[in-house]
Amino acid sequence: MADTSISQEQSQTRSARPKTVRDRIASKLYKSESLRGYLLMSPTLLILTIGIIIPFFILVMISLWTRDGFAFDTTLTLANYFEAAERPIYGALMQRSFWISGLATFFTVLLCYPMAYYVAFHVHRNKMMWIILMTLPFWTSYLLRVFAWKVILGYEGVINSGFMSLGWIEAPMEFLLYSQTAVVITLAHAWAAFAILPLYVSLEKIDKSLLEAATDLGDGPVARFFRITLPLSMPGVIAASFLIFIPTTGDYITPALVGGPDAMMIGNLVQKQFGPINNWPMGATLSIALVAWISAIGLVFLWLTRKAQEKLT
Amino acid sequence: MSDRGTYIKRPNRPLQFYAILFLIVLYVPVLFIPLFSFNSSIYVRFPLEGMTLQWYQELWERDSMWAALYNSIKVGIVVAIISTILGVVAARAITRYRLPGRSALVTFIMMPLVIPGIIFGVALLVLMSQLGVPLSLYTVGLGHLIVCMPFAVATLLPRFEGFDPSMEEASADLGENGWWTFWRVTFPIVFPGVVASLLLTFTISFDEFIMAFFLTGTDPTLPIYIWGQLRFPREFPAVLALSSLILFVSFILVFVAQRIGRMGLED
Repeated sequence: MADTSISQEQSQTRSARPKTVRDRIASKLYKSESLRGYLLMSPTLLILTIGIIIPFFILVMISLWTRDGFAFDTTLTLANYFEAAERPIYGALMQRSFWISGLATFFTVLLCYPMAYYVAFHVHRNKMMWIILMTLPFWTSYLLRVFAWKVILGYEGVINSGFMSLGWIEAPMEFLLYSQTAVVITLAHAWAAFAILPLYVSLEKIDKSLLEAATDLGDGPVARFFRITLPLSMPGVIAASFLIFIPTTGDYITPALVGGPDAMMIGNLVQKQFGPINNWPMGATLSIALVAWISAIGLVFLWLTRKAQEKLT
Repeated sequence: MSDRGTYIKRPNRPLQFYAILFLIVLYVPVLFIPLFSFNSSIYVRFPLEGMTLQWYQELWERDSMWAALYNSIKVGIVVAIISTILGVVAARAITRYRLPGRSALVTFIMMPLVIPGIIFGVALLVLMSQLGVPLSLYTVGLGHLIVCMPFAVATLLPRFEGFDPSMEEASADLGENGWWTFWRVTFPIVFPGVVASLLLTFTISFDEFIMAFFLTGTDPTLPIYIWGQLRFPREFPAVLALSSLILFVSFILVFVAQRIGRMGLED
């Protein structure tokens, strides 16, 4: 698309007319490849600027305001941040979010690793089919997949009513739904595909002759796994952990549907500030705090990836 | 494959068993939704009482459900088309031009994949309220565009990376101008990626909840409608019926998208 304009520009620069401003811009565009690239990119960047950058700055601005009855007091102050740091409920919820996400991340990566390993090393035909099968549910409604767990774990849900009609238990187990365990199970199930893909990619990349060399030199399967396969797939493990941990810390649906009060997370509190509590500046402050924490943790992951790659080379 | 049949590639039975178990655990929870949607009891519990299509029939007669469905389809189609077009130009720019700060750009586009959706939801909400823009399907659409962009670009990038730029050069040498080179050479090659991106972004927008949760005005999308119904226990069977239909359609669309998207790339 941009190429048409480029060929026009080309003919313009060729004809030896006195240079106008328009010609100069055109010749600059023709000469600079990166400028043309950015021009092509500009609609996408414009949408992302309107949709991400500007809203984010406004969010920062509002976090510096305070609530004043039903309106905002627009004098800039860090009061919300101090309040967020001082009131234990906010810190506790943030901590709990990281704890729940951390557990979900740990179990997801642990359970997905063998699956990715199987497809990378033991599936020879229809690999693509396996990958599609493993990732298919991930693309469908997150809301409905979480809803499915509500149906399963509920007081009269699949597990309780199923076990009762089989005579295994007398009364429904109350701890299933509305607990941190329920949130961890649901998150691990819902985000599995996100872990599988990076794990699979890093395992698939491993040079199989290294494994044969290890075996030739006397390593058994277990030693071979811990000395060759696992270290070489570490970048995949780190990437998978990152891809699950970061988005799940701010999850709203899962704790809202299957979590109950004991598993309320920071995302639920943010929603409450924008909804029933109606303290938008505080909601903005908590969102910014979450982003700050996420960025800090992201940097740790980045550092870990560097370390893992240094070790490999 | 020369190394087939070596000790490393010997079949591993326990691992095979684990893989099958994994797939079962992945799919079975979702299958309970259609199972109970055919159950004649209003309670979602075992033992099942009897087969019925009553809940589907009830759903069919609901105007509010049809309105929400219509809203979701409208937003989905527009978002799919715009995000795919933006994805095509972005993927082309990223693969064909020497862009300074290329990796930073890609990271920026991919951000919504990782950052919790609630952040983008509330950020857009405050932007709209500060600008005085009333919440509507347009604001939902903008939110969905942000969510869908990474998926469109991720689907299209391998297509653009996968083909040889010399084909475009050949077309130019043979006298085609840039416009026709794009339509006669570039587009047919990336076409499967475009179809895959359209299907995928439509499904993502159609199923998206958190952005719509913050940005919906008076017209709910289908997930928001379902969320509203979840509060009423007597609506549960109808929600199950509706969810079954949505899951069925989503699974088919995504499956087709994945097959088309990877066509000719691997295997």
